[in-house]
Amino acid sequence: MKLSVKDVMRCVGCQSCMFACSRRSGNAGLSNTCIGIKSTGGISRGFTVIVCRSCENPPCAAVCPTGALVPKEGGGVRLNSAKCIGCGLCKDACVIDAIFWNEEQNKPVICVQCGYCVDYCPYEVLELKKDKKGVTHDAE
Amino acid sequence: MMPNDTLSKVLYIDLSKKKFETKDRRDLFEKYLGGTGVATQLLLEECPEGLNPLHPDAPIIFAVGPLTGVFPLASKTCAMFKSPHTGDLGESHAGGRSAIAIRMAGYGAIVIKGASEIPVYLTIQGGKVKFKNATTLWGMKDGSIPARVMRQNEKGEGLRAIFRIGTAGENLVTYSNVTTETYRHFGRLGLGAVFGSKKLKGMVISGKQMIEVNNKKEYRNLYDQIYKTATESPIMKKYHDVGTAINIKALNFIKALPVKNLQFSSSESIEPVSGESIAQHHLARRVACAHCPVACIHLAFLREPYDDDPYFYKTSPVCYDFELIYSLGTMVGIDEPTNLLKLIDIVEQVGVDAMSMGVILAWMTEMYERKMISPDDLDGTEIKWGDSDAYIEIVRKIVNPTTDFLKACSRGVDHAANQYGGKEFAMQFGKNEMAGYHTGPSGYLGFLLGARHSHLDNGGYSIDQKDLIKIDLTAQQVVDKLLEEEAIRQILSSVAVCFFARGIYDLKMVSEALKLLGYDLSDTRLAEIGKQIHLNKYTFKMREGFRFEKLDIPERIYETADPTGKITRKFIHEGINYAKSLID
Repeated sequence: MKLSVKDVMRCVGCQSCMFACSRRSGNAGLSNTCIGIKSTGGISRGFTVIVCRSCENPPCAAVCPTGALVPKEGGGVRLNSAKCIGCGLCKDACVIDAIFWNEEQNKPVICVQCGYCVDYCPYEVLELKKDKKGVTHDAE
Repeated sequence: MMPNDTLSKVLYIDLSKKKFETKDRRDLFEKYLGGTGVATQLLLEECPEGLNPLHPDAPIIFAVGPLTGVFPLASKTCAMFKSPHTGDLGESHAGGRSAIAIRMAGYGAIVIKGASEIPVYLTIQGGKVKFKNATTLWGMKDGSIPARVMRQNEKGEGLRAIFRIGTAGENLVTYSNVTTETYRHFGRLGLGAVFGSKKLKGMVISGKQMIEVNNKKEYRNLYDQIYKTATESPIMKKYHDVGTAINIKALNFIKALPVKNLQFSSSESIEPVSGESIAQHHLARRVACAHCPVACIHLAFLREPYDDDPYFYKTSPVCYDFELIYSLGTMVGIDEPTNLLKLIDIVEQVGVDAMSMGVILAWMTEMYERKMISPDDLDGTEIKWGDSDAYIEIVRKIVNPTTDFLKACSRGVDHAANQYGGKEFAMQFGKNEMAGYHTGPSGYLGFLLGARHSHLDNGGYSIDQKDLIKIDLTAQQVVDKLLEEEAIRQILSSVAVCFFARGIYDLKMVSEALKLLGYDLSDTRLAEIGKQIHLNKYTFKMREGFRFEKLDIPERIYETADPTGKITRKFIHEGINYAKSLID
């Protein structure tokens, strides 16, 4: 399964997905979100939707000095929080800014492709994709 | 409230000394929840009696609520100040990202006092306030440009709110506004002028903290329940589809739509500016406030050709809704959508309240028609109903006035009519220019008795349409309903829920939501707190000189046909006297 942006032009910028992602932890707010919605240079021009693309050879894991980010079979990474020293190199390595940061814990927040956010997008911007093998698929 | 909730933190900023400090005001947030309730108390504390609203000591207060960032549709910021427009309670609400950003930055309220010697803008991030030199941004004729500069210079993309004023605020026009996220406004009662008097051009605020709830499972369940209603109910869908602009046709049909300064209450030529028609021909995008799935903000694209170069166009996004189509459309006789959008665009650029400006232009046009003012008063501009180019010129001239008359108009229709006459058709209530509802006596009693003289204080127009059009109610019964509704709305604006969501958040729902944040308040108790907040507002109003008997009522409301046929002097005065007996 892979989180994907189906149609970015339908995004209204409500950020319900961001709040949903953070709410997985059970609390409110935005500290734990790993999906990002921002305007594309002013709201009238529409929005940029940032989701982790689950790269098959993830640059974020490649720069992690402690091996805290472990590449997963089929793409994406898993965070071993105990190994993470909060250096932020992974954040800089992701060219689409899909590594988010929990300021309170000083650790990255990594998308686990759970698709919880998809259920809170009222405008069908997001989808959880599945290919024939049930593994990965190219996203926008 | 929860022990670690940062809602109780109030950020105090002193623009004179360029200093800031944070105080824990749990006392206020436990008693009055947040938003309007807390802001009213902070205003009573921070604003000395009888102070000139543009004095450096006058405070600007922003407050958000406990539900902000926790539940959807709770994304309103309440701004409180002494109004330079009415000299009375100044309160306006805005959405955008403002409330989420303040809450996520770790504050429940912000109090800004003092005045800077040079223009500044503020950045509020990571527990720090920075004072940035805004000299270069001062005087830019299109208010969206300073916002763009702040957007490019500051961090926090996707999480920040950007507040700013236009040239109207800089020049202390008493109905100038503060814009946030380009299309949302602290619109009414002149917050822009208070910013301007402090040389405060704008502010950028952001954060992304966690808010703890006391029962994670219950929280998700209640969230889902509210979210489902918000995304599936036909009431909320109405705001998303055509939006409030759908009321243009509806009010025109029942003869409740002010046309040409309320000389008429309907028009045969409004079809092109109806919500449906604008949506079909001009709507380009709908956008949402942060943490609200409804997306009620409607943006049209205005495409204007340049005269000197073929196939060269200026394309501007213009935000519209019912109140703008009324005030800058039907009220001034504009029934051509491109002309309407052009006028809205200039009003946005200079940063004034659209309703106030529309009412002033309408009154001015009637004054001109009746030859009560001369072309010289208008600095040579000829105005007539529907002439958007002339109105655009006048808007610019009011913001930088070149005649005494235009200067008077920069202080509101009441101020101008007191000097130049025409009070009987100067459409203000409590010195605040009217909203677009000639629905009946409840609408007008609502404007007159509402604590900030806004149609949204108590939704009186709705009593006209739901009740008075079918059955008889006494003025006393209407006032009882208005006061009851206004008390409920104090709770909504204290927990920071958008009034559009009032159908979802009844007091029982608010009580349940608050329980997850550690408040144990029944719906009955909430209703009592709402009444108290309303009375606290009246404490401020009375302290600053508001008197029921001083309310001026333009005669025009009695002359123009309305759907109920019940707008009489007797009814209105009985209502006012009864309210006085209850509140005074």
